[in-house]
Amino acid sequence: MTCAKTLSVALWCFGMALVSGNASATPHIQNWQTAVGARVLFVEDHDLPMLDVAVDFAAGSAFDTAEQSGVAGMTHGLLDLGSEGLSEDDISRNTADIGAQLGGRFEPDRAGISLRTLSSPTERNHAIDIMARVLQHPLFPDAVLAREKSRLIASLKEAETKPESIADKAFNKAVFGTHPYGFKSSGEVDTVEKIQRADLEAFYRAHYGAKGAVVAIMGDVTRAEAEAIAQQLTDHLPPGGASATVPPVSMQIQPSEQRIAHPATQSHILIGVPGMARNDPDYFPLYVGNYVLGGGGFVSRLMNEVREKRGLAYSVYSYFMPMQQPGAYQIGLQTKKDQADEALQLTRTTLHEFIAKGPTEKELIAAKQNIIGGFPMRIDSNKKIIDYLSVIGFYNLPLTYLDDFVGKVDKVTVAQIRDAFKRHVNPDAMATIIVGAPEHPVENGK
Amino acid sequence: MQIKWFKNSAALAAFTTLLLSAAVHAEVFEKTLVNGLKVIVKEDHRAPVVVQQVWYRAGSIDERTGTTGVAHMLEHMMFKGTKSVPAGEFSKRIAAAGGRENAFTNEDYTAYFQQLQTSKLPLAMQLESDRMHNLNLSDAEFSKEVKVVMEERRMRTDDEPHSLLNEKLMAVAFQEHPYQHPVIGWMNDLLSLTAGDAREWYKTWYAPNNATLVVAGDVKTAEVFKLAQRYYGPIPAGKLPVRKPHNEAPQTGIKRIVVKAPAELPYLLMAYHAPELRNPQQDWKPYALEVLAGILDGNESARLNKSLVREQQLASDISASYDPTSRGPSMFTLDGTPSSGKTVADLEAGLRQQIAQLVNDGVSEDELKRVKVQVTAGEVYKRDSVFYQAMQIGQLESIGLGYKAIPVMLQKLQEVTAQQVQDVAREIFQDDNLSIAVLDPQPISGERKHANMGGSHDLR
Repeated sequence: MTCAKTLSVALWCFGMALVSGNASATPHIQNWQTAVGARVLFVEDHDLPMLDVAVDFAAGSAFDTAEQSGVAGMTHGLLDLGSEGLSEDDISRNTADIGAQLGGRFEPDRAGISLRTLSSPTERNHAIDIMARVLQHPLFPDAVLAREKSRLIASLKEAETKPESIADKAFNKAVFGTHPYGFKSSGEVDTVEKIQRADLEAFYRAHYGAKGAVVAIMGDVTRAEAEAIAQQLTDHLPPGGASATVPPVSMQIQPSEQRIAHPATQSHILIGVPGMARNDPDYFPLYVGNYVLGGGGFVSRLMNEVREKRGLAYSVYSYFMPMQQPGAYQIGLQTKKDQADEALQLTRTTLHEFIAKGPTEKELIAAKQNIIGGFPMRIDSNKKIIDYLSVIGFYNLPLTYLDDFVGKVDKVTVAQIRDAFKRHVNPDAMATIIVGAPEHPVENGK
Repeated sequence: MQIKWFKNSAALAAFTTLLLSAAVHAEVFEKTLVNGLKVIVKEDHRAPVVVQQVWYRAGSIDERTGTTGVAHMLEHMMFKGTKSVPAGEFSKRIAAAGGRENAFTNEDYTAYFQQLQTSKLPLAMQLESDRMHNLNLSDAEFSKEVKVVMEERRMRTDDEPHSLLNEKLMAVAFQEHPYQHPVIGWMNDLLSLTAGDAREWYKTWYAPNNATLVVAGDVKTAEVFKLAQRYYGPIPAGKLPVRKPHNEAPQTGIKRIVVKAPAELPYLLMAYHAPELRNPQQDWKPYALEVLAGILDGNESARLNKSLVREQQLASDISASYDPTSRGPSMFTLDGTPSSGKTVADLEAGLRQQIAQLVNDGVSEDELKRVKVQVTAGEVYKRDSVFYQAMQIGQLESIGLGYKAIPVMLQKLQEVTAQQVQDVAREIFQDDNLSIAVLDPQPISGERKHANMGGSHDLR
């Protein structure tokens, strides 16, 4: 089958590909609540003899306070380092003994534990037993806490010498001020030093409640087995935990520019503002528009101007981080010190022009072709599908999110993108961070 | 257009190589075209997508002193246009087809890939076959792109103390073998590299008889062979130069270096020369070493983390790695960061004690079994990624072992005995065989104390 290059035909081909392929078009998502109120999303798929499970909570670093920054991360980090009846070594050794893999996720909004195991009953049951204990009966042992605090403090001190970490920290502060999205996700040296076991227990009880839990299950089990698994993983969670909301982000920031000295050979440049929330009605116009500006890999405007035309950087990008509240919109690049001002100027000019005029029709078509044509690759593995299940469940997206995705992208117009960017990204009121700034800064144009 | 230092990427090694195996091995088909291009197809119909990878048997191992980095530089230039496809168009056309693409270079090979919906495979083949023999290597594009590569080097090596340490250690550990050179190239070489060097490299190595085409996904094998013949078949075979053997003479005593760079924490890297896998049927040491890496660092309760991080609290991070699949000699590496209040000397002593324990007391049956179970499970998990399965095939072909080694390697890993692990540990963990690098952290404020950073070379 060959396709002409117009979008409508490309879409038709895409449809055909799904129909002719023997894999299901989009996965069929089953959805229910456990007895204790946890939300479950399940996709049954028996192609491979394996099972993926993830349980997430509204327990990320956004639920820290400034005085106790790091408690959320430490609570999450210690979940699999000691449970009732299982030492930290028991947990990792027993997991390895059955070839299972226990993992985790820690973000500003979400914190969770994930499991990959063979689906054969012996391995699966054993793996779920371990995961259930890790989630529901953590001990937060004092000795482990002391050791992990010391390791974390060492790595925080190390991070304070790295240009990319210094830039991230300054950026988050400039964009979010005192909002918890501005906290360093793992905490600060002085707040981590103060963490006590009781802090972890309190955080756990408050944020790992059954009603806020989102269980995602993907793979080789039946609906009845999935129901039993979800129940086993949530029955003994602390009660409550339903409505953990992150405080609103103040969207207007003062324009700022910080130049921070560092002996690195390159300057690390970050530019940004608070961007968009997960449920923002402008989600698709902003997502598609950003593909054109700096999200589209080798074909974005920023890549073309900064790298392809002038060789100023290896990496230059822009992205939105959609969360419960608006996460950052960030543009970033690294370049040799003495050309940092040139690259910064060029990036700003490119951004200004994009905000003023939006993408061209041709660019929009190219963006849609890539995003729509690439849709099958978003769901071509169990790993990718379970990640979608977790996001859909956690952010209360419609269960038809994947079915609707292509249509929503296709409907985006140039006018919508221009309008949405104008309302979300004011190029004259952004935070700029330059770490490893040129030693003799040139007078900065704008 | 990224480079990957597989060999240097400690995190990957133990586990990735453990995954190199195939319990439930779906069929793989191969055909060699008249021009010498080997075509390998792995059908996987779980999703309507396909990956195409073209692997050239040309990496930094094939480079000469003075033009290091040219293999990777050429990888970047492969996106800069052909006689019929202008610069930048390759990426635009793949993007318009919904595709994702990139390329990577390491010591042993250079590879290019696209992931697309299945119906777009002909487009990917058309573009990839075109740049196999029609590349337009202009001076103007080269002079811009070499600056991009220098930025890549600054970002990934010069300003990354652990990478810098690794680069300098390899330069010391290998005295004769080209693995002494970094894949990205020395900054001094990049400064004098020319489009002519890249053209020479392209002419020498980019030919169907020096390449492997791997296609995996929702395809029919016969159709892929037909497409491959149509697009790649007409490309004439090249005359490949005779490859000189590269051997590293045995090391005759311990080597130690110190590297100063801006950082807070010191860091220790110990590298022992170790055998690579040459004959998958008859070799046993590489398998024993893979199992050993798993016993030391295969999970959180494995020996190094359990003893040095959790119990003795000598290290805040520790790892062991070994990858036997390479064209040249392998290394078994141990690396770690001392915990606060401890020194690199304390950590080195702790690691040496672990080694002594291995050599004297061997390993338990439980430890052995745990590693083998993880290998078997990993074989199932591997099937969730079509891309990774294609990677494994391409990599093994490129280093000369061939994808047919996959089931053999799995079988051989399962046969490793505790005695073999102890024997191989005794053989390789010797000071005469060891190179050690230590990061001496420098303050980031005030005068630059570190010398010999790439960035001290001014471009203009």
